[in-house]
Amino acid sequence: MYFHSVTLDRDRCKGCTNCIKRCPTEAIRVRDGKAKIIKEKCIDCGECVRVCPYHAKVVVTDDIGMMENYKYRIALPAPSLYGQFKDMTIGDILASLQSCGFDEVFEVAYAADIVSYITRNIVKAKDYKRPIISSACPAIVRLIQQRFPSLMDNILDIMPPVEVAGKIARDEAKKKTGLKDEEIGVFFVSPCAAKVTSVKNPIGIEKSYIDGVFSMRDVYSMILDKRKFAEKKIEHTSSMIGVGWANAGGESYGTSLENCLFVDGIQNVIGVLEDIELGKLDDIDFFEGLACVGGCVGGPLTVANNFIARNRIMKLKEKLNKDVSVKKYIAVDFHEFMLNVKLKKSDVLNLDEDIDKAIDMMKSIDEIYKSLPGLDCGSCGSPGCRALAEDVVKGFASEYDCIFKLKDRIKILAEEINKLSIKIPPVIGSDKEVKP
Amino acid sequence: MKPYTMDFDVKARDFSSAGESSSKFRKTLLMLSIPSDIVRRASIAAYEAEMNIVIHSYGGKMHFEIYKDKIVIVAEDTGPGIKDLELAMKEGYSTAPKEVIEMGFGAGMGLPNMKRNADTMEIVNHDESGTKIVMTINF
Repeated sequence: MYFHSVTLDRDRCKGCTNCIKRCPTEAIRVRDGKAKIIKEKCIDCGECVRVCPYHAKVVVTDDIGMMENYKYRIALPAPSLYGQFKDMTIGDILASLQSCGFDEVFEVAYAADIVSYITRNIVKAKDYKRPIISSACPAIVRLIQQRFPSLMDNILDIMPPVEVAGKIARDEAKKKTGLKDEEIGVFFVSPCAAKVTSVKNPIGIEKSYIDGVFSMRDVYSMILDKRKFAEKKIEHTSSMIGVGWANAGGESYGTSLENCLFVDGIQNVIGVLEDIELGKLDDIDFFEGLACVGGCVGGPLTVANNFIARNRIMKLKEKLNKDVSVKKYIAVDFHEFMLNVKLKKSDVLNLDEDIDKAIDMMKSIDEIYKSLPGLDCGSCGSPGCRALAEDVVKGFASEYDCIFKLKDRIKILAEEINKLSIKIPPVIGSDKEVKP
Repeated sequence: MKPYTMDFDVKARDFSSAGESSSKFRKTLLMLSIPSDIVRRASIAAYEAEMNIVIHSYGGKMHFEIYKDKIVIVAEDTGPGIKDLELAMKEGYSTAPKEVIEMGFGAGMGLPNMKRNADTMEIVNHDESGTKIVMTINF
């Protein structure tokens, strides 16, 4: 079962080629004048959401109204939320957020502090393949499952901060209120689509600890509305490390490892993962790859310009403690916050499981590709000529979807018709002699 | 059954497009359902061979053959050959020029890495007229 948070609003889609050309996994085609997302290939990175000029790519998040279904409601704000507002302290933001109808706010930034703490301890104790690859950006984990399966063993097996936050907040609330699991609603305020998907389709854990995911955009205006009415300030608990996770490089900083590399922007990440697979970066201890430019502050569900948001996070960090006590929440071996479901590689790129058949298909793809103009114009609905050739061989498209091929074919036909039209039927006149 | 083949020209000292043929080869292996550990080994072997042509030769060619149960990688260049093969096979020994090493290439791991990742590696010839290396990876 695939669930994707990135979907299409058919009415808004004009069938242009902006999204098919920017999708890093070639997961979109245009068919019948509308974009179509190939769900097996989509990693929910949100690139198409960002580039669509008609706002036809929609990230499906949960409706704020779903809070009504729970007796006790907890909000989990992502650290990137702190960079969205001008002239608001973290305490102001948290208080306003709580006033939006939550009984409690638990900072994902604090959970990020915990993950950083576990990371620091675990990388010393366990023998990880180098470079250790962060598991925090779900789009990158899915990219690795699809295109770099040999690097799956390098992935750090700690839960992402949002799940750590969900687990702690839920357990604490159960203790405090005596309510049952199903009476407590845990809601994540998300900057991105990939994290929405990973709550519905968890990576590396059986079931998510989160009940609903709200878009940061939706919550943004609510926070502004409640700003003046927020009852009291909330003392926030996170340190500069946890808050720093909002920006690219924040997680790396929290590991305290010497040789860290952080790369943002999904195309850049793909390039570096290729280098990692080639063994060129074995001297790196930790690799933090983030699909969005700037990191989570650049997420497709954020409101503020990501560069400005990044700057705000930097400034907020300056005023915070360097470290924070996290030990009260974690057992010695950290098992409750470790991934426990093995990651599976995705076979979506494979042409056929049978190598011989796959080789035959590849030869046909080459033949067709050679006959195409190589302009990668996208008019056929596939992201490029090579992708069209693949689609033809897989039976999803025709060679004549290429307008240049179609035009050539029409030209040949027209010439043929022209030749035939010159021919005069013998009853009207003919230069041919009738042989007896 | 005939193998699936790929051929690429590799230019000497063209660092901006260096590694392109190995990258295309790698993507093809993934599409052909080759096991991921084999993809990784083959990519490394191909990349090192390609880089050797870029760094050390006057230019050359990469040729790939993909069978049901093995991959053959042929790297062929037009000179100047390997002067001391025994030394070249030593880890960390490099004849790369200083400016190439400054770019982060030519760490003397090329041939040893190729040998480590391929099941068989044969250096067919290595005189002034050029070098030809044939590697096989079985699966």
